[in-house]
Amino acid sequence: MTKLRYFAWVRERVGKPEEDVVLPTHVRTAGELMTWLAARGEEYAHAFANPKVIRVAIDRSHVQPNTPIANASEIAFFPPMTGG
Amino acid sequence: MTASTTVRLQREPFDVAAEAAKLSRGRADVGAVVTFTGICRGNEDGEPIAALTLEHYPGMAEAEIERHVEEAKQRWPLAGVTVIHRYGRIAPGEDIVMVVTASSHRQAAFAAAEFLMDYLKTRAPFWKQVETTSGKSWVDAKSVDDAAAKRWRKAAVE
Repeated sequence: MTKLRYFAWVRERVGKPEEDVVLPTHVRTAGELMTWLAARGEEYAHAFANPKVIRVAIDRSHVQPNTPIANASEIAFFPPMTGG
Repeated sequence: MTASTTVRLQREPFDVAAEAAKLSRGRADVGAVVTFTGICRGNEDGEPIAALTLEHYPGMAEAEIERHVEEAKQRWPLAGVTVIHRYGRIAPGEDIVMVVTASSHRQAAFAAAEFLMDYLKTRAPFWKQVETTSGKSWVDAKSVDDAAAKRWRKAAVE
């Protein structure tokens, strides 16, 4: 099981802050995971309609879309950050 | 130079003067303390706002700020760094974030404070939602903030 977490408008569109998911073995990178998620239903399709603007963190570190997700225990998706 | 580091995320307001005083109290090697405070404006793109709500990624937000504090300590001779970032609902006029840097001389303290704020805005997982009379909306990231963070990649160490 992998914990997926969503923040800000990604969370609002998906409709939940987190979930535990069994990822298929053919999903190898953070980018592929977004494509897979987008096909899971209307709310996911809406959240991941433009994956280029979504940032990904694996186990609380920023990663690029081509980063492998093998061994990840927590993967987070969120819009560009606006703190400070 | 031993540098004390404090990174804190909290819902409650903070006391900038008290936090700044802690970094120089009892030390003879601190000659400069720089404080930056980010404050909630009363309008966003010309529209009056009722409040901001800050969402964050607990655990990652602290880790990301601490990582950049460590980098600042590698780049400049710092005696101390304190970063406090609030989350939750924040009304116009209230403080959002503070960065305090202490050093023997002002250049390092100024540069490190600016470096930390530039990275905090683009790399620390916080998101602002703005509340106006017409509803709530997420604040868009600004390219000017990305440019501000990028310039440190090639900046010479002072």
